[in-house]
Amino acid sequence: MTAVESVGKAIEIEDLWKIYSRTKKNRYGSEVLRNPEKLRALEGNSDAVFAVKGVSLWVAPGETFIIMGLSGSGKSTLIRCLLRLVEPTGGFIKINGEEVTSMTSSELVAFRRNQVAMVFQHYGLLPHRTVLQNVSFGLRLRGEPAEKAREKALEAIQKVGLAGWEDHHPVSLSGGMRQRVGIARALVMGSPVLLMDEPFSGLDPLIRRELQDELMRLQGEIRKTIFFVTHDLSEALRLGDRMAVMRDGRVVQVGTPEDIISDPVDEYVARFVQDEREQLRRAERRMADKAAG
Amino acid sequence: MFPQSLEFHIAPKINRFVDWLVVSHAPFFDSVSAGILKVLLSINGFLNQVPWWVIIAVVALTVWSTTKKVFPTLLLSFLPFIIGVFGLWGLAMETLSVVCTAVILALLLGIPLGVFMAEVSGAATVLKPLLDAMQTMPSFVYLIPAMMLFGLGKVPAVLATLIYALPPVIRLTALGLQQVPASVEEAALAYGATHWQLLKEVRIPLAMPSILAGVNQTTMMALAMVVVASMIGARGLGQEVLLSINRIDVGRGFEAGASVVAMAIVIDRITQGIARKWEPPKR
Repeated sequence: MTAVESVGKAIEIEDLWKIYSRTKKNRYGSEVLRNPEKLRALEGNSDAVFAVKGVSLWVAPGETFIIMGLSGSGKSTLIRCLLRLVEPTGGFIKINGEEVTSMTSSELVAFRRNQVAMVFQHYGLLPHRTVLQNVSFGLRLRGEPAEKAREKALEAIQKVGLAGWEDHHPVSLSGGMRQRVGIARALVMGSPVLLMDEPFSGLDPLIRRELQDELMRLQGEIRKTIFFVTHDLSEALRLGDRMAVMRDGRVVQVGTPEDIISDPVDEYVARFVQDEREQLRRAERRMADKAAG
Repeated sequence: MFPQSLEFHIAPKINRFVDWLVVSHAPFFDSVSAGILKVLLSINGFLNQVPWWVIIAVVALTVWSTTKKVFPTLLLSFLPFIIGVFGLWGLAMETLSVVCTAVILALLLGIPLGVFMAEVSGAATVLKPLLDAMQTMPSFVYLIPAMMLFGLGKVPAVLATLIYALPPVIRLTALGLQQVPASVEEAALAYGATHWQLLKEVRIPLAMPSILAGVNQTTMMALAMVVVASMIGARGLGQEVLLSINRIDVGRGFEAGASVVAMAIVIDRITQGIARKWEPPKR
């Protein structure tokens, strides 16, 4: 890949593979990928789990890119590969011009501290620390002085609407509020790329909607590159500039949400968007009835 | 009957090994002994200098600050008072100094070993059976080599106590570290925690309640062992128990036994109270 091609791309993923060993006894290295025969043999092997199969994608700076798929389609593995919480078996990842896949462990630590911030479905907050300490956690990890980290954290807490909760512990917060802490912890880092792994999936519908609105409002201010994983199509439609649909470790379709709804590439995607289309049609009919009546 | 022709004894070999150790490594054991004795004597000296009512006041304050309840505070500060009433205060302080020394050593060794057991794959497979053996071996057995290597008195008592009391803190440290939720560890890593930061900022604080439960168990076991250790000449409450057995003096035995129980209850409640302080807050 030449430098010219990388311009205007915040995230580039090329031919990314992740093969797990079910028994954890084997480690599959990139050499299997170079040998088509071995690869085919491995696909028949019950020990090998192909979580991500040759995914290639790119995301533009400031874009909200959605990965959608059912559980088990490899989307969570994919997002973890981006900061190597999961070590990819093979392939190539570049984020903001830095080649993630070839980083040494100390480069990786610096990269995670400065370039990306992640929000998790299960929050991943530290139960023994207060909201304020949780939000400043990443800043303290990268060695920012306590006073400065505190200031930044207070500002981020304010931004996500949790002012007044600084000294509470995560246990005394509701799910929605915990995820606000998760978002504040990510925002405070000032990283250009935000990775979100089903951040709103565990929340009830009203809170989910509220947080989606909040995220859109924040995104309007900060303009980060957001890589967002979800299994919820309506969420994808609301938030996404572009989206990719994953199935069994492969990306089956990439496009704007409108493209995907109006022109599903295959049966699987069609079934995925069917509900949404039916709802749209029903709503349209009702509106037409209303207009006529 | 098991055929005598199949008998094979390893006892002589073990004896010869211990003999060899005693003879060839005497300077080493002497210096270890001197080091432990120094710690022990300074703790003992300190405990003897402090007036009795200060110790009771410290107990009362610690219990009050961890429980904030009047009744437990009064009860737990009354228990050491009983020991004094029985005229066993000095001996109790000697026992306490042996327990403290053994526990300090057990924590210095045990917590790092527990971290090692949790962090290094394969370490658990080696250490676990060893810890099981250490705990199931009759405690008297430790007295023999401890006595041979370090002579009579308090130092071998500390060492025998140390071996006996070490397993719980190792085990519970490792257990606590393994129970840290994967989602929390993952989040810490995602924000750029190094291996050391992960351990220091996330895993050890989250494992703290379990580690402190280990400290509590270790202290209790040390107290139980210290009575047994009086058989090799460690002065203290155990010696009093031993004397009353020899003289079949039931009353005296009861006084000494009750004093051990009183000490155990106080130490147990205090360490438990401290452990509770470290638990992540609930609502």
